[in-house]
Amino acid sequence: MNRAVDALRKRWKRPVPGETGQLIRELRTALTKDRVKYDAAQRTLLSHDASIYAGGDAGPVCYPTSTNEVASIMQIAERHGRSVVPRGAGTGLTGGAVPMDEPVVIALNKMNRILEIDAENRIAWVEAGVVNLDLTKELRPLGLHFAPDPSSQQVCTIGGNVANNAGGPHCLAYGVTGAHVLAIEVVLPGGDVVTLGGLEPEPPGYDLRGAFVGSEGTLGIATRVAVALTPNPPETKTLLLAFAEPANAAATVSSIIASGIVPAALEVMDQRITVAVENFVNAGYPTDAGAILLTEVDGLQPNVDVDVEQIIHLGNKHGSTSIRVAEDETERKALWKGRKAALGAIAQIMPDYYLHDTVVPRSKLATVLEQIYDIAERHELLVMNFFHAGDGNLHPVLAFDAREPGVMERVHAAGAEIVQVSIEAGGVLSGEHGIGVEKQKFMKLLFTDDDLDHQNRLRISFDPSCRANPGKVMPIGHSCADIASLRAIPKGVWG
Amino acid sequence: MIRHTDIDVQIQEFAAAIGDREPIAIEGNRTRWSLGGDLQPDVRTLTAPSGIAEYTPAEMTVQVGCGTLVSELHDELAKAGQRTALPERGGTVGGAVVVGQNHMCLLGRGRLRDSVLNVRYVSAEGQIVSCGGPTVKNVSGFDLPRLMVGSLGTLGNLADVILRTNPIPTHSRWLVSDDVDPFAIQKTIYRPSSILWDGTFTWVLLEGSEQAVNEEHDKLSAIAAFEPSTEMPVLPEHRWSVHPNDLRFPGQFGESFVASIGVGTVWGANAQPKRNIEPGVERVASRLKNNFDPTGRLNPGRVPGRI
Ligand SMILES: Cc1cc2nc3c(=O)[nH]c(=O)nc-3n(C[C@H](O)[C@H](O)[C@H](O)COP(=O)(O)OP(=O)(O)OC[C@H]3O[C@@H](n4cnc5c(N)ncnc54)[C@H](O)[C@@H]3O)c2cc1C
Repeated sequence: MNRAVDALRKRWKRPVPGETGQLIRELRTALTKDRVKYDAAQRTLLSHDASIYAGGDAGPVCYPTSTNEVASIMQIAERHGRSVVPRGAGTGLTGGAVPMDEPVVIALNKMNRILEIDAENRIAWVEAGVVNLDLTKELRPLGLHFAPDPSSQQVCTIGGNVANNAGGPHCLAYGVTGAHVLAIEVVLPGGDVVTLGGLEPEPPGYDLRGAFVGSEGTLGIATRVAVALTPNPPETKTLLLAFAEPANAAATVSSIIASGIVPAALEVMDQRITVAVENFVNAGYPTDAGAILLTEVDGLQPNVDVDVEQIIHLGNKHGSTSIRVAEDETERKALWKGRKAALGAIAQIMPDYYLHDTVVPRSKLATVLEQIYDIAERHELLVMNFFHAGDGNLHPVLAFDAREPGVMERVHAAGAEIVQVSIEAGGVLSGEHGIGVEKQKFMKLLFTDDDLDHQNRLRISFDPSCRANPGKVMPIGHSCADIASLRAIPKGVWG
Repeated sequence: MIRHTDIDVQIQEFAAAIGDREPIAIEGNRTRWSLGGDLQPDVRTLTAPSGIAEYTPAEMTVQVGCGTLVSELHDELAKAGQRTALPERGGTVGGAVVVGQNHMCLLGRGRLRDSVLNVRYVSAEGQIVSCGGPTVKNVSGFDLPRLMVGSLGTLGNLADVILRTNPIPTHSRWLVSDDVDPFAIQKTIYRPSSILWDGTFTWVLLEGSEQAVNEEHDKLSAIAAFEPSTEMPVLPEHRWSVHPNDLRFPGQFGESFVASIGVGTVWGANAQPKRNIEPGVERVASRLKNNFDPTGRLNPGRVPGRI
């Protein structure tokens, strides 16, 4: 593959100011003047996402309203040798939408129409910029919903969900975004418009749809998505179990799964975050508990009843200090409000936070949690834990004040150790936030050079000249990463 | 079945046997052998490693060699009350994955493509490549396992996989009726595990706790006469994959058919006409094939999507 890298290096051009003027003119002709922006305010706004990575470098920012416009942008960018970075709501947490080397930014927010809802066959076609929760709200009267429910669902886009294969509390039973995506209309880097996947159960040929999901904008731009719709469950019960120690909560989680129950959600919060949340929103959480387990079972009432009884039994067996079953919808909503407000609650304690995301086997949850508390203590950082325990998806939050000299180094060092212990426990780098620029350097902990070489082969099959969101996902040493590494990660990216 | 703890050794041997030159094909149980076209003559065939390498029911995952029979895997999982989304039709795990066809009860089992968490394969150049991850949730890098599902072994020789397992419901009941609108079932009950229709009879699979199955049975009885079914329909020869709405127009499937309502799989007397793949998609697919198998040695003659 080295020859390919060399060839690509030659092709890669740094933007020249005069050329940018011409690029903008062409983009404005293809779209309209007001939808191609190049002012400092816009470029700064779109130079970062919700991650701690600041200091990206946006080129012209385009707001297309149709697939054809996206295709034109791709063709123009190609002619100018510019890379492109797709962007939804910018809620990504790994720097996936952070532009590097002044690429053309394609912001899909104006492609936000729900195109078709086929309630009979439980399929909806939406544009990529549709906000996750907007679709579910639209579906409510039909008794259906879009199952992936990331905590950012009030703002994040379905295109962003597809690109990051987003999860959420309810993905334990229902599966992450990929399981709910049937077909994707994609504009490829050269400007070709293709439909990957299909509405039939076994579309012919390679599953390029599956390869595209989670590709973080590096294989092309998703413009429309056909999603599968899930019927709302007839019955839902939410339980709150309190424990003296996180280890008891983790053990309960393992035995619930081992007993054959797959709850809709299984969320654990440690004492620090529980206290913070309780002060913030009064969810009714017991602040004296070492950890709480929020779990939800749904489906047919008799199944739900059996599961609730069994969960109570297992909670007691593992030393639960109190168990509450939400009596009504108001109580249920209050319990969930606490979980969903967890990140907001941290702001009361420290001005900045770094939300991590690794996965470990469920049986290792308690051990890895202990290690995480240890790591934070050694680096003199405050750590709080709330996580999707059912699928072993940890979200340690390191809270800090970025104004404190030297704190960022400690945050990054602690983060690297958290990744390391998760991998050593038999886990993976990310459960839902993806790799972006945050975890590229850790890819070699999980994959061999041969493994990564094959991932790169997939990448260049879609995008032979590495122009779609280059410098993301693949670590240095693989062609599409090397292209961007000609110029190092922009200054200040490390916060 | 014997539990193998030496899967890594088996995979090393498998890779050595595959080598890095000359055409090669992996043989499962030959239950879908001619799918995607005939294998070129004189191609060397090998079988994949077999046996369960690791199974922890509480993790809801199983690591299994691709040469293992699906039925053997399911027998072992059933001891811990679990199963997978793989169809059990006499074939091997690797065969089921590279063919990519779903279980007849997709509504209850989930899609096969979503159940494959990790794949180790021997590449055209003879390297052992691992993709995906061992946990039920994972977005670390590009999702090569998805690409292997349905690839007919044209991108890599599958050695072992980690699959997601699911609990076997405590009760299951097949019901049959000859006077119900099959398209009304999904509106009547919450989540049937399968609805099959042959133009006259409609079979419905209910799964869950005994009481839940009884309640769903009652709801169905309120719209039509249903009886417990002891005999299942005989599936005609040809498999179709269509938009679920096309099942309303069954004439195209031939004299006899069995359609999976809400899914779009059909077993018909006629063969499904060739489905077109868009030129842009073909271009990506052929670059993919070239990048993964530059000399075309993997399963030559076979093309995914070709009948
Ligand atoms: C408070 C908070 C809570 C969160 N909770 C969760 C959670 O519970 N679960 C979870 O999974 N994530 C969570 N996230 C992360 C984030 O919200 C998700 O990853 C989301 O899917 C990103 O969507 P977005 O529209 O904001 O995408 P962006 O951040 O704009 O982009 C994300 C990536 O997708 C690419 N991209 C965007 N749109 C397209 C497109 N149309 N075509 C191709 N590529 C595209 C971008 O280039 C980038 O690489 C959370 C984030 C925040 C801030």
